Amino acid sequence: MKLQRTNRLRALAAGALAVSGALVLTACGSDDNSGDGDGGSSKAASNIKCEGKGNLLASGSSAQKNAMDVWVKNYQAACPDTQINYKPTGSGAGIQEFLQGKTAFAGSDSALEAEEVTQSKKVCKGGQGVDLPLVGGPIAVTYNVSGVEDLVLDAETLAKIFDSKITKWDDAAIKKLNPDAKLPSTKIQAFHRSDDSGTTDNFTKYLNTAAPDAWKYEPAKKWAAEGGQSADGSSGIATNVKQNDGAIGYAELSYATGNDIPTVKLDTGADAPVEATTENASKAISEGEIVGKGSDLALELDYKTTAAGAYPMVLVTYEVACDKGNDAATLDATKSFLKYAASEDGQKALADIDYAPMPDEIITKVRQTVDALA
Amino acid sequence: MSIDSAPDTAAPPPAPAGKAATKQNLRPGDRVFLGLARGSGITLLVIMAAIAVFLTWQATKALTENEGNFLTTFEWDPNAEPPVFGIAVLAFGTVVSSVIAMVLAVPISIGIALFISHYAPRRVATPMAYVVDLLAAVPSIVYGLWGALFLVPHLTGLYEWMDAYLGWTGVFEYNGGAARSLFTAGILLAIMILPVVTNVSREVFKQSPKMHEEAALALGATRWEVIRISVLPFGRSGVISASMLGLGRALGETMAVATVLSPSFMIETSLLDPGGGTFAQNIAASFKEASPAGIGREALIASGLVLFVITLLVNGLARLIIARRKEYSGANA
Repeated sequence: MKLQRTNRLRALAAGALAVSGALVLTACGSDDNSGDGDGGSSKAASNIKCEGKGNLLASGSSAQKNAMDVWVKNYQAACPDTQINYKPTGSGAGIQEFLQGKTAFAGSDSALEAEEVTQSKKVCKGGQGVDLPLVGGPIAVTYNVSGVEDLVLDAETLAKIFDSKITKWDDAAIKKLNPDAKLPSTKIQAFHRSDDSGTTDNFTKYLNTAAPDAWKYEPAKKWAAEGGQSADGSSGIATNVKQNDGAIGYAELSYATGNDIPTVKLDTGADAPVEATTENASKAISEGEIVGKGSDLALELDYKTTAAGAYPMVLVTYEVACDKGNDAATLDATKSFLKYAASEDGQKALADIDYAPMPDEIITKVRQTVDALA
Repeated sequence: MSIDSAPDTAAPPPAPAGKAATKQNLRPGDRVFLGLARGSGITLLVIMAAIAVFLTWQATKALTENEGNFLTTFEWDPNAEPPVFGIAVLAFGTVVSSVIAMVLAVPISIGIALFISHYAPRRVATPMAYVVDLLAAVPSIVYGLWGALFLVPHLTGLYEWMDAYLGWTGVFEYNGGAARSLFTAGILLAIMILPVVTNVSREVFKQSPKMHEEAALALGATRWEVIRISVLPFGRSGVISASMLGLGRALGETMAVATVLSPSFMIETSLLDPGGGTFAQNIAASFKEASPAGIGREALIASGLVLFVITLLVNGLARLIIARRKEYSGANA
């Protein structure tokens, strides 16, 4: 009996030790994730007009999650009567839920397809789903090459690097673009996303449009090329680029600035290479045009733009709502929230968290459409 | 339970003296306990059946629409039109990383277990047992982060060494770059299954009959000979069960592999080259964006079904080995 008792005591002690040990370890582990959260500003949200009450459900793109978080925080601070719940389920699932009438609006990395517009007429009585471009963002190409502080690449070289056609940093094509840099003969390790992602979709859309000869793969959420290394999520890419000499990868700008790794300047054909900044991204978005019909504001980006200071590797995410026939219970709150998101304050809040505000001519149209939502 | 059995002890039944208690006059406490135990057993079977039925039902949906060969296709594109996906790479990666883990972990585990049970003085053995328990309590994502942030950058040296001496085999060829390969995943899995294998082995070694050991000592055997002729044969089936428990964990490990591996849908000839994937890792990576309209989720479930079957086979095999060994070792009796 005595023996048993000590055993039990021992087991207890071991358990306690194990638990506390695990706690300490997890604490260390989760430290890593900070830095790219919603560090955005929450300025005095005085210009928000509160209308409507109750719960507002929305879901979709995870690429605009941080933007949503900031908007929701600011909006709810001003309008405590409205609860907004945005679930970053991914664009596909978000549109699906919107079409089933489960959510007030959806967030999406791509505009509605013709078939989805037809389906939306069922939910939007007397109207249809419209795309409202509200959040833009530069996709930064980050790199880690010892001794190189300033790197310029163009679409074709990028495509070849990510397609394992260029394998050394001192390749002639890279040297040509960077005559002054001391390029080492290190092996290039190109990192792509191992999970399906809208960032991959937009990045490959850029490569496919701007360098069609060098990048033959169809743009898709899933990485199509062979070779290179892969990592899970934008944070996985950033971590791996940071710790491997000779690495290059793509991620949203916030992950590059958050991890303090340099970004590639793009040689777009403009006079000077363009840096990945929110301002330059907005500039490039304004080079695109609205191709949506009627009140739909779907954009077609100009990936080949050579305008000075326009960074064409951008992604634009939309909110999708009904132009007419929104659910009467949530219409007022939806309108009021989207109005804030499209307002000057709402857009300004984006730049602080490394998203790109929409250019004036587009956001003006978004405001008109939002005002007309019924 | 205690409420039911309390009155029994207080007032013994009238006269069970003559015949052995028949089914009719089972005590209420017995009856309740029998019901509960039987219920638990049935629950387990029902849960297993429910999982199997769900997996099969969902998997058939995906398999009927699959345009590729489910077993041999080197691709995973269930959201495409037409959907094409196959498990060849995943099955290879899962089995290979687990085998590497077993090869590394089992000998070390047996060593630790023997050290704790037969060599170490009590003062050292007890804290060591704690440390092993502690390893078992660390969540797998923490192992993953440690692996990705610490292990991977520090493995380059080992990889270069292996390339220099074993590179000629082709299996251990290293071409530079971050060490995010199946081999690294195997090393990490080995560390993760170490505590399970060690703990069970240690318990089994401790059970080895003192009489056998003393008899061996009396015959003039050394410490090592005692272990070889009395402890190891006795513990063999226990070590096999322990290894199978560990293998089960290695086969199904998700987050640690997903953080450390550089997944791709290619089988690399060298285990040190980045690439490959495992069932669980692929499910974790692809589930988030699997389109609910297509068969993305169902395809992942189909791959889950294969993992389920592999795990069942492994467990069955282990049972078989243990059953065969039983008569020789006298364990599990």
